Formats: sequence, C-alpha cells, structure tokens
Amino acid sequence: MSEQIQESAGEEPERIPVMQQVLDNPFLLLFLGIVFPTVLYILWGVMEIASVPVAR
Amino acid sequence: MMTTTYRTCPRTGLQFDTQAESLMRFNAVAAVLSMVMGGLTAVLVALTRWPAIKLLPADQFYQVLTLHGVNMLLFWIIFFEIAVLYFCSSTLLRCRLATPRIAWLGFALMVIGAITTNVAIFQGGSTVMFTAYVPMMAQPHFYLGLILFAVGALLGCFIFLGTLVVAKNERTYEGSIPLVTFGALTACIIAIFTIASGAIILIPTFLWSVGYIKEIDAQMYRLVFWAMGHSSQQINVAAHVSVWYAVAAIAFGAKPLSEKVSRSAFLLYILFLQLASAHHLLADPGVSSEWKVLNTSYFMYFAVLASMIHGFTVPGAIEAAQREKGYTHGLFEWLRKAPWGNPVFSGTFISLVGFGFLGGISGVVLGAEQLNLLMHNTYYVPGHFHATVVIGTTLAFMALTYFLIPALFKRELILPGVAKFQPYIFGLSMYVMTLVMMGAGTLGVSRRHWDMAFAGAPFQYEWPGAAYLMMGIAGLAGVVAVVGGVLWVLLVVGSLLFGKKLEEGEFSARPTILRMPVASSLSAHGGAVSHHVPGTMVLGSVLLVAFVLYYFVNWKYLSEVWPMA
Amino acid sequence: MSAILPPAATNWWKESIGKQELIFIVLALVWSLFMFFFMIYWHINGRQNLSNEKYKTTAAMFSAKAEQMVKQYQVRTETETQIPVVKPPVGSDVYLIARMWNWWPILELEAGKPYKLHISSMDLLHGFSLQPVNINIEVVPGYEHVIKLTPEKAGIYSLVCNEFCGIGHHTMLGRIYVK
Ligand code: HEM
Ligand SMILES: [Cu+2]
Ligand SMILES: [Cu+2]
Repeated sequence: MSEQIQESAGEEPERIPVMQQVLDNPFLLLFLGIVFPTVLYILWGVMEIASVPVAR
Repeated sequence: MMTTTYRTCPRTGLQFDTQAESLMRFNAVAAVLSMVMGGLTAVLVALTRWPAIKLLPADQFYQVLTLHGVNMLLFWIIFFEIAVLYFCSSTLLRCRLATPRIAWLGFALMVIGAITTNVAIFQGGSTVMFTAYVPMMAQPHFYLGLILFAVGALLGCFIFLGTLVVAKNERTYEGSIPLVTFGALTACIIAIFTIASGAIILIPTFLWSVGYIKEIDAQMYRLVFWAMGHSSQQINVAAHVSVWYAVAAIAFGAKPLSEKVSRSAFLLYILFLQLASAHHLLADPGVSSEWKVLNTSYFMYFAVLASMIHGFTVPGAIEAAQREKGYTHGLFEWLRKAPWGNPVFSGTFISLVGFGFLGGISGVVLGAEQLNLLMHNTYYVPGHFHATVVIGTTLAFMALTYFLIPALFKRELILPGVAKFQPYIFGLSMYVMTLVMMGAGTLGVSRRHWDMAFAGAPFQYEWPGAAYLMMGIAGLAGVVAVVGGVLWVLLVVGSLLFGKKLEEGEFSARPTILRMPVASSLSAHGGAVSHHVPGTMVLGSVLLVAFVLYYFVNWKYLSEVWPMA
Repeated sequence: MSAILPPAATNWWKESIGKQELIFIVLALVWSLFMFFFMIYWHINGRQNLSNEKYKTTAAMFSAKAEQMVKQYQVRTETETQIPVVKPPVGSDVYLIARMWNWWPILELEAGKPYKLHISSMDLLHGFSLQPVNINIEVVPGYEHVIKLTPEKAGIYSLVCNEFCGIGHHTMLGRIYVK
C-alpha cells in the first residue's frame, strides 16, 4: 500500500524490509506470541505430565 | 458510537480523547485504592515476619498475606496497566479509543471482580494465597472474582488492539507506531496469553469448588496456573520497560539509540518471555529436565538478552540526549547533571538500576534449573520478586504518576518538596529489604511461614543467627518502604483533591495528526542519533561482571550440597 | 524522534547500530548462550541434578509402601507421638510421607552412602526443605518423586515444610539422622 502511494508521488519505490513489516503487524505478533508459549510451555508440559508412568 | 472530544494538554502537547482520559483516570484511581489495601497488609506482613515482633497470629497472617499478594500483584498492577495501555494507544497515537462503552464494561467487571475476591478473603474461607494451589480449596466467589477481573482486563487488551486498528485506518500517525506503544503492544500480547491461561485453569477450579468437577490434578494446576501467574509478571516487565522509554523521552527528549534494536528486543519478549513460567516448576516432579531447561531459559536466555538490551538502551538514550545538551565531561557528567530532584526521573532511574542489578540477576540465578534447588520456596523468592515487581514495576509506575498528575488529572502536585524524596525513601528501602530477604533465603528461611521458631513442632530447628538478623532488617526496611508508599498515596490523593487546578487546554472535535509540531518539552532534538555512550557502556559492563560473579558463586554453593545424581 | 512518537525514518530497519551498543549486545548474547549450555553441562558433569524418576500414585498406594518399610526397618520411636525411626539398608528404597502436618517416618541414614528417597504427599502440596543442607523440592500429591541422595556428613538434619499447607504449616518439622 505504501509503495503505491510513493509510486504515485513519482518517487523511487522504497521497499520496507520484511522484518520491519513483521514488527509493524500487531496481529501477526499476537499470533506468534500465543503460539510459542502455547506449544513450548503448555502443550509440551501437558504431554509430559500426562505421560508420567503409574507407580507399581 | 459514543461521541468524544479531544483535549490538547497545554503542558505536554499530548492530546487526550476525553473518553479515554476518564477511563485512564478511573483505572488509575482503582489502582491507587488497591495499592492502599496492598500497603496496609504489607505492614502487617512485614511486622509479623520480623521475628522480634511477630505481630499477628498464624491464621490472620496467612489471610493478610493472601490479601497482600492478590491486591498488589493482580489488582494494583493490572488496573494501572490498563491505564497505561489506553495511554499508549489512544493518547500516543492521537486517536479515539475504540469502543469506550466496552472499555467501561471491562472496568466495571474488574472492579466487581476485585471487590468479590477481597470479600471472599476477608470472610476467612479463602486463605489460600494468590496461587490458590489445588487441592487447597477457597470459597467459590474467590475464583469467581478473579475470573471476572480477568475478563475485564481481557476486554481492556482488546480495546488496545482495536485502538491500534482505528489509528491505522483513520491515519492518525504515519509509518510505524511509537516505540513506547510497541512496548505496550508487547505487554498486551503477553496479557492475552496470560488471561487465556488463567481462564483455562480458573474456570475448572471454580467448577471444582462448587462441586461440578471431582478432582483437579495438582501438577497440572501448577503448570497452567503459572502460565498465568508468571506471565502476568512478564506483562509488568514489558509495561515498565515501556514506561522507562517513555520517561526518557518525556524528561530528556531522548530518542531510542536504535529503533531496530529496541523493537527486536521487544520481539524477543513476545516470543520467549512467557516460557519463564517454568521457573516455578523447577523443583516439581511432573515435568522433565529437558522441558525445564528449555523453558526456564526463555529458549536459550533470549528474553534475558532482551532485558539486558533494554537495560543498556534506556540509559544509553538518556546519555546520548544529555551529551547533546552539552554534558560531555568525563564518563558520567550526563548522569550527575540529571534532574535527580525530579521524581519522574529519579524514580525511573532507581527502578531501572534496581531491576537490573537486584531483580534481573537474582531472577536468572533463581531460574537456573539446578540452582533453584537451593532457593525454591525460600525467602529468596519474595526477595527476588520484590526487586522486580516493586522496584521495577511499582516504582516505575509511581514515577510515571508524577507526570500524569498534571498531564492527565490537570492538577498541580502538592508538596513537591516531599515528592522529591519519595522515590528515594521507597526505592532505597526496597533495595535493602530485597537484599536481606534474599540473604535470609540463601540461608534457607522459608517464604509464607509464620514462625521461624517452629512453635508446636515435635522437634526443634535453630536457624543461623544471621538469618534472624536479616529477617529483622527486612522487617525494618519493609516498614520504611511502606512509609514511602504511604507518602506516594498521600501525594497522589492529596493532589487530586487539593492540588491547584491547572488549565485544561483546548478542546476540539477531531484529533490532530501526530506529525504536527508537538510542544517543545516533548519534541525530540533534531539530527541523527549519536551513538557515543561510554558511560552506559561502563554501567553495562559493571552489570555483566556482577552477573557473572554472582552466577558462579551460586554454582560453587550448589556444588557443596549433598550429591543427588 | 523520541520514543513516544513514530520513528522518523520510514525505513528504520536499515539504520545502523552504534558500535558500543553492538559490542554490548554481542557480550550479552555470548553470556546468555553460555548460561544455557552451562545447565546442560551440569547435567552431564554436575553432581546435583533433580531426578527425573517419577510416578503417578495415590495416597493409599504410597502409604502402603511406606508402612511396609517402617515395619521392616523400624529401630525405635521418638517424641511423645511415637514417630517411628527407620534405618533402611544402604542403597534401598526409602519412603517419606508428607502430610498435614508432619513428615513420616524419621530416617536414619549412613553418611556417604546413596539412597533412593521416594517422596509423596497424602493431601496438599508440601515443600521438602532439608536444613541446613538447603535442598528444596516441591512435594505434589498424586506423584511419587524418586531422588537419589547421598547424605555426605554425619549430623542431625531437619525437614522444614516450605510450601504453605494450612494453619499448622509452621509445625511441620521432620528429622533425618545421618550417622
Ligand atoms: C510496600 C512495601 C511492601 C512490603 C513491606 C512488602 C512485604 C512483603 C513481605 C515481607 C512478603 C513475604 C511474606 C512471606 O513470604 O512470608 C511479601 C510477599 C509478597 N508481596 Fe510484598 N511488600 C511490599 C510491596 C509489594 C508490592 C508493591 C507488591 C506487588 C506489586 C508486592 C507483592 C507481593 C507478593 C505477590 C507476595 C507473595 C505473597 C505470597 O507468598 O502469596 N509487595 N511482601
Ligand atoms: Cu506442609
Ligand atoms: Cu507447609
């Protein structure tokens, strides 16, 4: 979108680096911020607890 | 849609959506009231754990400690954070707050929830500590209150995200959001994970307390509870780091040394900070060492790296700004000539240094998988987290309040002579208190423990004399800290009631775009950022050296403990 | 621009990083990685690692095992409440019960010899805090944690409960003799 504006202004189109685009995208960050701890901490942890063997 | 107007503050150039403004004020006031509850209980806790005084009987002590934890850790901090979220979105982006009606609903839920839980604890059947570990059962409305509070806070997070969308759509700013808003976004994301985890665990626990569920596994509870309990501390970290950046900008016109570095550090927070919930499970049977090592280290300590980066870039930005103003002599003229009499600055700086040296280092040591065996559930733990959540978060929020009283509440601060000293009284006594608490914990003294003398036990155990001494000092320093806290409450409440009313500034029907000239006190100095920050480099190196030394001292200590391999 | 305003450059990702900042980041990164690998190193070469041997259990199952051990190896009783003192063979499985508000039984171990200590709780969470050695482990009901422990020095040791377990929490003191 920003490229369009700049092109219409007749300037050299400036590419925004991917990392900056990621950091400018709150919902992508929200997604990452939920998925990482959910997988590494909660899901992995629940699996570990669930797989504790029963004492004889 | 509620119609709103915008007020431009004549002192700061900030522009407030009047709806958002009253929401911020109400949330801040609720935070201060929670702090009053937390502070009253703090004296009682401190005086009971002071062995020479031992104020309360056991049952009341545990009840009061539950009140202290809940009101301080949850209610004070989160009410204030909601205000910070609204400030960082609506105010800094100069746009209307998304759906203020829902924001009010969220606030109402939080208030009802906070009152409900407090009532439950006061009634006496819910002396379970804020952790409420199953199978120790509280009254159903204890959990219900927490759930309502959490739902309200979740609405606040969604409003924050919604406001980012509004600002983008209505083009109230150009380019990227400000760094401080980005930090608030980080806090908001962590908060959403936190509250979701809270829902997963508190709702079944509530159902269990009313008899619909027969049993909740104690280990499973601990796992999911800490996804909430510890992550909420990580909201605080993201929030108070944002406040540090904001104060550096407000008090010095400092600009970030590098947007790229600071934002990447926040990204590391978003990805990894929440894994540290594992800190609480390092001495537990149910999870393996692999899980513990990876999670407790925030995935290879990447979030610690991020904190060290912020700990460098905030003073670095201040140093660069000060040097630009001509304070260039030697390594530290920039710091010596800083406005030490201004509580906004002094509070922030005491918060920053204390968080790094006391809270940060001790947290990493405590969170090393094997070292945790030395300190799990000892007094070291509350020692550590008073350095993070009190010196780091609470003091940063107190400092910010001194700025908000004229800007947001339109009142002149009363008794500026007292305000000047308040951050020192509160902050430095907390330094002492946390240090000796950690000292006593290193000697093994338990947290949440009414009697060091074990009255009524079948045996005797005598703690070392040094432990008693440190517990005494902790009690004394705690009382001084409470005095510092009381001063702050008096200053805030006094200013709101009796402070000179200040000019409100102009109202307008629509927001002005952010890139308009902002009042000089806020505008950045022009030109490229200087990267010459030798003083900060020295401070950072001192931190690293202290860190390394203290880390190895503890491994040495561990190596002398009975082998457990 | 300041931190409360949008970045001045539209493309701030391309801005260079100061040299001092970069040096500090590299140092901090190296230290972070070091600390991570040090925990792993200690698992390989250190002598104090919390055991990963654990089982799901019930209060009835666990107390049956503990009672069996007490019957076999009891040497005397102590205190008014006649708490049994147990002297299990070196290297054997030793059972320790945590419950409101005592540790049961009293153990008598030999210095420098390894034991397999099984811990579990009958009711709530409790905290195993061995003093003055200072080893602290969470005791979770429903779980049996098996810890290989070598008491190094002779002496009288105390077991403090350091997880809040109700009104009698501060009276929950246990005993281990090392001879
Ligand atoms: C104002 C001065 C304060 C004093 C003197 C104080 C004192 C204490 C003491 C002595 C304990 C340990 C009790 C024990 O484990 O036996 C404690 C626990 C705690 N404090 Fe504070 N505190 C203060 C402020 C705060 C603040 C501002 C917060 C949070 C923002 C806070 C959060 C907590 C929490 C979460 C606990 C743990 C409660 C538990 O174990 O369940 N405190 N406090
Ligand atoms: Cu106990
Ligand atoms: Cu206990």
